[in-house]
Amino acid sequence: MATTLEEKSRSITSVDQDTLVRVENIKKYFPIKGGILKHTIGHVKAVDDVSLAIKKGETLGVVGESGSGKSTLGRMIIRLLAPTEGKIYFDNQDITNLSNEKLRNYRRDMQIVFQDPFASLNSKMSVGQLIEEPLLIQTNLSKVERKEKAISMLEKVGLRADDRAKYPHEFSGGQRQRISIARALAISPKFVIGDEPVSALDVSIQAQVLNLMADLQDELNLTYLFIAHDLSVVKHISDRVAVMYLGRIAEIAPKEAIYDNPLHPYTQALLSSVPITDIDHKREKIILKGDLPSPSDPPSGCAFRTRCPMAHDRCKVDRPELLEKKNGHFVACHLYDR
Amino acid sequence: MQPSPQGATEIDPVSPQPPLDQNARSSNSKSPFQLALRRFLNNKLAVLGIVVLLTIILASIFAPLLTDLDPTKSDLMKIENGPSSEHILGTDGSGRDNFARLLYGSRISLIVGFSAMLFTLIIGVTLGSISGYYGGKVDSLIMRFTDLVLALPFLVLALTIIALVPTITTALFVCIIALTIWPNLTRIIRGTFLSLREQEFVLGARAIGASDFRIIFRHFIPNAIGPIIVNATLMMAQMIIIESGLSFIGMGIPQPTPTWGNMLSEAQNIRILRNHPEAWIPPGLGIFLTVLSINFIGDGLRDAFDPKSNKR
Repeated sequence: MATTLEEKSRSITSVDQDTLVRVENIKKYFPIKGGILKHTIGHVKAVDDVSLAIKKGETLGVVGESGSGKSTLGRMIIRLLAPTEGKIYFDNQDITNLSNEKLRNYRRDMQIVFQDPFASLNSKMSVGQLIEEPLLIQTNLSKVERKEKAISMLEKVGLRADDRAKYPHEFSGGQRQRISIARALAISPKFVIGDEPVSALDVSIQAQVLNLMADLQDELNLTYLFIAHDLSVVKHISDRVAVMYLGRIAEIAPKEAIYDNPLHPYTQALLSSVPITDIDHKREKIILKGDLPSPSDPPSGCAFRTRCPMAHDRCKVDRPELLEKKNGHFVACHLYDR
Repeated sequence: MQPSPQGATEIDPVSPQPPLDQNARSSNSKSPFQLALRRFLNNKLAVLGIVVLLTIILASIFAPLLTDLDPTKSDLMKIENGPSSEHILGTDGSGRDNFARLLYGSRISLIVGFSAMLFTLIIGVTLGSISGYYGGKVDSLIMRFTDLVLALPFLVLALTIIALVPTITTALFVCIIALTIWPNLTRIIRGTFLSLREQEFVLGARAIGASDFRIIFRHFIPNAIGPIIVNATLMMAQMIIIESGLSFIGMGIPQPTPTWGNMLSEAQNIRILRNHPEAWIPPGLGIFLTVLSINFIGDGLRDAFDPKSNKR
């Protein structure tokens, strides 16, 4: 891969020529309305102070349980949701407060592939129309050129040219996800968010789609933010992995470091729950007690302390900072405070 | 896993990767609309409705070819005559030919029903789209306004306007009906839009930079077209009933313009009701058949657009 361990940034959001996406202290609080007058009685802290940077050509995997804020984070980065606080930089441009009109130019460069292949394609449009729509909005290509582009995209994702005239209901989930990918990549974006793009698919199809995405990344020099709730899926495609818990990043590190030497107790628990095929290589399973606390009322101090087997008194009071422990290996845990 | 390095160059479009799923049909692709049309044509009652309604529409268009008589011309020598070879359905209280009035009368019912529906559709789609798409304060404002209109007693309002306006034209009549019925459609469209708003394909459209206009017209309305058409059709039947009802009590399109409603009002006279069934049964049947066939068409459309609602 293009990036190596040594090139990883010192600070998590250090400004760098190679940085494509940078997020600083981003927060998303959804208000909870209640009472007769529908006033705000609280907030769901979906994303609570997250900072990260993604380099050009890199794949950052984001894992977490449902409710950890990973999809919200992705949607904020491409500005489908407005952040409550914080800054988003794309290609060193602040896009946090751009109007919809100005954002339209940036939409050329960032795209998203959604989780549910049955809900993410407009069922009333043919495959050709679906793939050509971004071209129609974002480019000045003629009708014939758009058609040619759509055909070449279909072939690129392993479908046939005459699938253009078909409608989404005629395809299987995996094929639909290929159509979504073709649609997202038609305008040659630089940055693509995969919002759990394979979690709705059969395991056999998952590998096909993941390989397709990896091949296209090489071919088109794409940068990915790959969201998943499954560490094994992320391992397949990522260069670096961020583990999210309750709207915060618990640990972010190069893939090898996360999988071989996880530091955060939450990451350790997640990894121990991944099924292993090698029976000679048994390891101890860490079973987490309890459920994910409500993001509207997160625990004080460290959000993970209520389920953490190593929690101590300090975890109740201090919220751990995300600090670098080794080369590019950041962890938010008091166990590693010096 | 590392991606394979050979993919670094453009893939030659002439030699595409083999498609993974070979059993996909190559041609004969049906769009969702074509599928709905086929389901509709398989519904016998709906097709019967289309046939009956088309017959009525054709009869009203070609009325001048079917009768030579003028439906507005009175002949005081032939008042309340029974059927004869010249007047198949006899004549009314002013000596006008009932058959000609029956044919020409269908025009008013159909025109009022259709234009009121169109008018309602324009208001309903516009306000419903804005309300459902933007939500928030705009939505509250529009919805409170529709609540207000829904709270007005229709009959009292209609009768007041009709009593105040010296000459009632068809256009005015259409406006009165449409302005009182649009809230129903607006609410339906708003509800459909609200549920569409959170769908991933709408987020996807936003992510490619589609304008609000494009999202509404290319993504929302095609996906809401089923409920829109079905409700508009059923509303048309309702409007024809309202028109006939108002004409029946003498508050509709004034004489001598023939309408089915004011033909029926002749039957308020007990003598005609008893002795001249040929004068009031045909217009009554006309209203009945028109409304029934429109309702059948509406039900057929509902089943065609939403196969899950199919109770057969």
